Parts: sequence; structure tokens; C-alpha cells
Amino acid sequence: MTSTHHTTTPPALVPKAPRGRQSTRPASVSPRRTTRVIILSATALFLGTPIAALVGFTIRGGLDGGLTADHWLGLFSGDLGAAAKPLAAGVQNSLVLALVTVALMLVLLVPTMVLVRLHVPRWEKVIEFVCLLPLTIPAVALVVGLAPVFRVVAQIFGSSSWTLAFAYVILVLPFSYRAIHANLMAVDVPTLTQAARSLGASWFHVLWDVILPNLRRGILAASFISIAAVLGEFTIASLLSRTNLQTSLVLVAKQDPYLSNIVVVLSLVFALILLIVIGRVGNQPRRSRS
Amino acid sequence: MTALVDTIDSPTSPETGSATVELTDVVKHYGQMQALRGFSLTLAPGELVALLGPSGCGKTTALRSLAGLEPVTSGVMTVAGADVSHLPINKRDMGMVFQSYSLFPHMTAQENVEFGLRMRKVPADQRRERARGMLAEVGLEGLEHRFAHQMSGGQQQRVALARALVTRPRVLLLDEPLSALDAKVRVELRDLIRRIQTDLKITTLFVTHDQEEALAMADRVAVMNNGVIEQIGTPEELYSRPRSAFVADFVGLSNKLPGSIVGGVIRAYRATFDLLGAPLDDGAVIAYVRPEDVEFADNGVPAVVVTSSFLGAHRHTVVRVVEDGVLVTIQHAANDAKSPGDRVGIAFSGRPACATPA
Repeated sequence: MTSTHHTTTPPALVPKAPRGRQSTRPASVSPRRTTRVIILSATALFLGTPIAALVGFTIRGGLDGGLTADHWLGLFSGDLGAAAKPLAAGVQNSLVLALVTVALMLVLLVPTMVLVRLHVPRWEKVIEFVCLLPLTIPAVALVVGLAPVFRVVAQIFGSSSWTLAFAYVILVLPFSYRAIHANLMAVDVPTLTQAARSLGASWFHVLWDVILPNLRRGILAASFISIAAVLGEFTIASLLSRTNLQTSLVLVAKQDPYLSNIVVVLSLVFALILLIVIGRVGNQPRRSRS
Repeated sequence: MTALVDTIDSPTSPETGSATVELTDVVKHYGQMQALRGFSLTLAPGELVALLGPSGCGKTTALRSLAGLEPVTSGVMTVAGADVSHLPINKRDMGMVFQSYSLFPHMTAQENVEFGLRMRKVPADQRRERARGMLAEVGLEGLEHRFAHQMSGGQQQRVALARALVTRPRVLLLDEPLSALDAKVRVELRDLIRRIQTDLKITTLFVTHDQEEALAMADRVAVMNNGVIEQIGTPEELYSRPRSAFVADFVGLSNKLPGSIVGGVIRAYRATFDLLGAPLDDGAVIAYVRPEDVEFADNGVPAVVVTSSFLGAHRHTVVRVVEDGVLVTIQHAANDAKSPGDRVGIAFSGRPACATPA
């Protein structure tokens, strides 16, 4: 890096390098390349080692050592034995929960945030406080409060696993709020609304045709983060005796530790794909239509 | 232009264009603050009226009240005789151009212009044709498929104008649409707005704090102060016969000369001026005299030239009156150059002027 920064600037114009430094490049806010490489390598090592160990475990050939793809092949050949039933139920429940949670979160949060922004912007701080509150409450404490509520929920909606979404909506509020709020701040919602209204749009058209398309990035990011959070949730489901992906993995781990670890690896890959999609959605440039 | 009128002759607004707009005794409170205090204004069909005034005078509130964006505390607003005071915004049939760029960012210029027609359920092929015609009219042919972020500020406001006009509304409301643009684009766009407004004969209310814009564009200018109209009239009337010192000071340049009222007329520096506006008691006053009503005269009031600026067709020279040090601006022929330090004499044409008690 340093070598690429040699210039023909007269020596008198080059700022003096601090004592002990060889470089003549101008002072920069960003760290030097070597510093960056060291920091990134250390972080990658810290985060990557457990994942590498996890993957390593899934291809181990038992106590006698050696590598084998049998555990992975077993998963894809459908030969899961006794673990199949709880795992399938867990995956199915978690996917349904993710969908219901995202739907509830969007229905609850988007209109509320838009209306508050348009009509009572001074309440934004209150909404923010309420939405961020779940971050400060431990899941165990949340369950203690939710248990009596869920007795009522069970009377009304039955005790199907999807009803857990009512609790998960609270859990994902902080992340979803942040994602939508960032997008909402970048759009001049009041002016766009007024423009649409003056052009004859009803409130439905204002929301559907004007505001939602401009909140697409925030809504997608909030949805993906919510899906990732729901797929990784264990405490509430376990304490309320429900089956989801994480509780079923604990069950499966007792019968087939290889299989549970393979599913964990796959869910990590899924979360990674979600993060990449969020990044893509955020950076997608708009081009003129021909 | 005929083509344009044909293009935007909407089946959904048969009684398009020229409508009388009337605001009567409109009052608007924001908590304790009174933004409009019995505001009344009538716009003749096809007329362009500019609301001019300093920040916080209530001009934008008046326009937003007419648009339906601000609920009024009391008063009546009618369009073509029909009371619109309690109609929701989307039922008022008024086109509006905002100060901030208000194009829908996820739509192309064409889609933006089509939006109002889509809300009125105009068939797709007609929508496309009318939007394209309107965009061509505002000089944006070939840019139909650009998004807002791919256009300059001036182009965006042209699209906003096309979007506001394509539905052929009965009233056009312009809320300082040129204030975010640079000087050259501003002049181009103001000429375009005036041309289209005249061609379509659409009743237009235009809010601005820029007096040059108001005087250049409007049929009549309403000068606002403290929530009411101080004076309304043609640009010429406002300039040459201001009814109050506020109007004289706000519209155009005025010299503030120390003088006195004696028997109902103003006396200042050996000159006499008839008093414009409300009568004042005898006593010391500040008189408002236009730079073109002051001239150089060999036997005039002695003064010393401070600066002299060449302004193309004419020149503005600022002199300091020797006896009391008051600065006076004189508008005179461009070829009569003066240099700082020149000793001159000044005289006054004696045209009627406004005054306030000193």
C-alpha cells in the first residue's frame, strides 16, 4: 500500500512524517492496510473457529477418527430415523412462526410508524422507547409475564404452535423498528403524502402506492431480521413447552448429535444468505426504465 | 398550445380551468399563535395572485388552508361558488407544486405525471398520451423514463408542474416552487409557469417571499403581514402607490428619509411629498422614497458619493447627505458615472410617499 503512494510532490510540500514512521503518505482517518488485515483476521478467527469446529464435527467418523460424509448423506437421503419426526415438526413450526411473526410485525409497526410520523411526530420517542424495551427484558422475565397471557390466548386461538408468534412479535420489535425507522427517516413522508393527497389519492392509495414502495428496503430488512430471530429463538418456546426448530434440535441432539449439528450449520448458512439478501436490497441502484 | 389544451381536456373535470376562488374571514390558530386573522381574498377566474410577505406572515398557511392541508379554525373557502372548507384534500381538485422536491422517488417522470390520472381511473392509453403531452409541454421530452434522482432540481420541478396540471385542476397552488433553484433556472421556470398558466387560464395562487418573482409573474400581488393582507393590487400599483410604510419597505427599494408631517404632507430635505396611506398627525416621521424619485441637482442638498454600482440599464449610487449623514440611494442613467468622494447635490421629484411616525 505504501509503495503505491509515492508522489512527485516537492519535498517542501510533503508533511513531515512522525518520527519513526517511514511512510510519506498524508495522514488518513482510516487505519493502515496491515492494521486492517490484523483486525479482520483476529475477528474472523474468533468467529470462525467455533463454526469450523461445528462443521468439523459433522464430518467426523466417530471416536476412531477419520472424515466421512455419511452424516450429511444421511440427511439428504431422508434416512433420519427417530429424529425425523421432531425435526420436521420443529422446522415446520418455526417457518410458520416466522411467517406469522413477520406479518403481525408489519401490520402492527408500519402503519403505526407512518401515522405517528405524519400526525404526531412528537410521539416518535415514545414509540421508540416501547419498541426498544424488549431488548432490556430477559426472555425468562418475559415468559413469566407472558404465561398468564398465553392461557387466555390458548382459550381464544387454541394452543397451536403459531400462537407463539404473539410473543415473538414483541421479541423482534427492537430490530424491526430500527430497520423501518432508518428507512422512514430517509424519505420525506409528509411531503409525498401531501403531494399524493392533492393528486386525488385516498389514504389507502397513499399508503399502498406511495409510502410502502419507498419503505421497501426497511420492510424487507425488518422481515429478514425477524425471520432470523424467530428461527434462532429457544428460551420462550422451551419455557412455554412449545416445539420449534431450536427446541427440536435439543431433542434431536440427544438421539443424533451429528444431525443436530448439521441442521445448525444449515440454519447458519440460511442466516448468512438472509444477511446477503438484506445487503443487496439495501444497495440496489435504481436505473431509468427504457 | 391548442394541442396541449386538447391533450389535457379531461373527461373527469368537465368544468376545467377558470374558477373563482374566494376565501372569507379565514382564521387559523396554532395553539396560542394566530397565523391567519380574518384572511380574505378573491381570485378571479384564470388570475394569478401572488402572496408575498416575510417569513411567518401566514402566506404558506393561507395556501395550505385552501389546499386542505391545514384545517382552518373558522372562515369559508369556495371554489366556483361551492364551499370546499370541509372537503378532504383529495376531493378539492387542486393541483399543487411544493417547495421541496416532491416527486415519488420510486416512479419515473412519466409515472409521476400519470399518478393523478390513475387516481381518477383514466384508461391507461389515455393516461400515457396525456402525461407524455404534458411532459413535452414543460420541455422534458425524452426524459419520461428518468427517476427523480436522475434529474436536476429544475427538471424535477418541471415534472411536479406537469403532474399538478395534467389532471386539469380548477385551481393551481404553488408553494414557493422556485426557491430551491439557482437564479438562471428560476427565471426560466417562472416564465414557463406563467406561460402555461396564461394558456390554460387556470386560477393560480402563488406563494413567494421573493418580490421580484411576485412582481414579474402575478396579475395581482397580495402583500401579507401578521396574518392579514396589507395591500393587494397590480405590481405597478403596489410599487408606485403603496398604502403603508410596510408595503413601501417590502416591495422594491426605498430610502428612509427623516422628515416631518406638517399639515398632512411630508417635508424632508427642502422637498414636499403628498402622504400615501392613512393620515398621520403632525410630527417627526420616516418617509419612504424610491431611488428613482431622487436625482442629482447642482443646487440640491449637498452630499458625498459613497459607492456607485453599474446595473446594466441603470446605475445605483449611494450618497451621504452632508448635513446629517443619512445614506440615500439614487437610481440614474448608467452613463452618468460617479466616483466615491465626489461632491454632489441631490433633489427629490416630490412624488407621493409613505411615512411612519419616527
